[in-house]
Amino acid sequence: MRDIFLQAQTLWYREVVRFIRQPIRVVSAIATPLVFWLLLGAGLQASFKPSGMPPGLDYVQYFYPGVIVLMLLFTAIFATASTVDDRRQGFLQGVLVAPISRATIVLGQALGCTTLSLMQGAIFLAMAPLAGIHLSLEAIFVSLAMMGLIAFAMTSIGLAMAWKTESTQGFHAFMNMLLLPIWMLSGAVFPVAGAPGWFQWTTRLNPLTYAVDALRHGLYLAEPASSGATLPMGSSVAIAIAFAAFAFILATRVARTASTI
Amino acid sequence: MSASTISNSSQATADAIRAGTDAIDARALGFHYGDREALSDVTFSIGRGEIFGFLGPNGGGKTTLFKLLSTLAPIQSGSARLFGHDLAGETAAVRRRLGVVFQHPSLDGKLTVGENLAAHGHLYGISGKRLRERSAAMLERLGLSARQRDRVETLSGGLQRRVELAKALLHEPALLLLDEPSTGLDPAARREFWNYLEHLREHENVTIVLTTHYMEEAERCDRIGILHQGKLVAIAPPGELKSEVGGDVIVIHTAAAEVLQRKILARFKLKSQLVDGAIRIEKSRAHELVRDLIDAFGEEIESVSFGKPTLEDVFVHLTGHQFFADAAPTN
Repeated sequence: MRDIFLQAQTLWYREVVRFIRQPIRVVSAIATPLVFWLLLGAGLQASFKPSGMPPGLDYVQYFYPGVIVLMLLFTAIFATASTVDDRRQGFLQGVLVAPISRATIVLGQALGCTTLSLMQGAIFLAMAPLAGIHLSLEAIFVSLAMMGLIAFAMTSIGLAMAWKTESTQGFHAFMNMLLLPIWMLSGAVFPVAGAPGWFQWTTRLNPLTYAVDALRHGLYLAEPASSGATLPMGSSVAIAIAFAAFAFILATRVARTASTI
Repeated sequence: MSASTISNSSQATADAIRAGTDAIDARALGFHYGDREALSDVTFSIGRGEIFGFLGPNGGGKTTLFKLLSTLAPIQSGSARLFGHDLAGETAAVRRRLGVVFQHPSLDGKLTVGENLAAHGHLYGISGKRLRERSAAMLERLGLSARQRDRVETLSGGLQRRVELAKALLHEPALLLLDEPSTGLDPAARREFWNYLEHLREHENVTIVLTTHYMEEAERCDRIGILHQGKLVAIAPPGELKSEVGGDVIVIHTAAAEVLQRKILARFKLKSQLVDGAIRIEKSRAHELVRDLIDAFGEEIESVSFGKPTLEDVFVHLTGHQFFADAAPTN
């Protein structure tokens, strides 16, 4: 048990140190969603009035949690992509021949990437007042916890794919193709209430919807009516936890049988 | 007698049996990628403290064998034991005894030399004081102490190879497995690297198993196994293999090789091989033959080379193929 902790911790540490030593990754991971938010949010603010908006929210505010999720998603993709090459000709080769289980490797990686997401999430959260969202200390902690949950789930999906994919290019193509629609269908970009029937259904079947919901609850801890969430907080969080757990187990399964040749 | 003493004594017996076992004992190993057979029926054993090299051209099966022995690839058919531990069933025990040096460095360039070693130690359950001691000892031994705080990406290829070696030896493995260790090293670095391998074998009784396509590297091994098209075609000390080739080797380049081959057979009653468009003759005291050949067929011969057999000749002798045929197309 002590060994497993030591092993996972060292892999976690490696992800974090690598990230901090590549400032361009830090900058781009924050800048990309920020640009999205400012340009799209501000641009659509005046003309875009989707039906089903929660009372008292303007679009920039509604879009804010969606942008956080987008940032978590980008970070998850970029942080897990290295697994594709790393296991054939990089650092992971040495890890794969060490007396460590594949599940522990995935745990260390997932926790490492989740930490990266959280570091950026915290910076992004500090900009909430710009959107007119004022957070209590409690709301900040709950929001960070929800972001951690979403990041862990996304990272696990990224790892499941990265352990299976043979080329980095293929990985990026597939992840963008998979994750962007999931993001758009999660109520992150516009309220579900006003969308066509089929759209509403796919949104309800999308586990990310509930993760975004959970984050909305965290951000609007004091005034749930403004959150724009579709389910009560307890249910959203429960579904988000189940989603993260499922994604993690999937990643460990994939890693266990992944080809290293 | 309590249950625990029984298990203790059977454990002791098992260890005693293992004490006499070979470093590696592989039987009928086979491996295929889909339909393509990469290794078939490979059987060998390697003794403790031996330096053993697998020699073969690219595509011969070396890399596949390396991946099987390093536990990266699953055993598909046959079986292999490392110090008595089954590669398929006792993976954890095997991995603790195994130090692996990869062809592409398995170092994280963004981490420092010390951080890379620490991460490796942690993966093997080594931490705290023991990690600091082992790490300092390995860095000292490989002349890396001054570079401990440098990021690996700032080091030269030769230095990175040394860090890789320090890392592979950190957990005191009984067997060091190296994939093409000399690739990318200049001759001086290569010599230094080999001196260290020999030192390890001499003073710490580490068994060393490597794959290579360099003849000079194979020459330095106690024994070599020659891999060709997934099969182990020979296994012996390099000197013994060379003495199997009959005496000297003559290679004749000519425009019409088959015609000349028949003429040589008719005139000198000599059998020869056709290897990539060149005629190859193995014969003792062949220098006289060179003169006779030029006297007889001087017009047709473009060039003749003559020499003592090298491992390359051994490879051609055994397989009828040029060693680097795939790398250098002949016409």
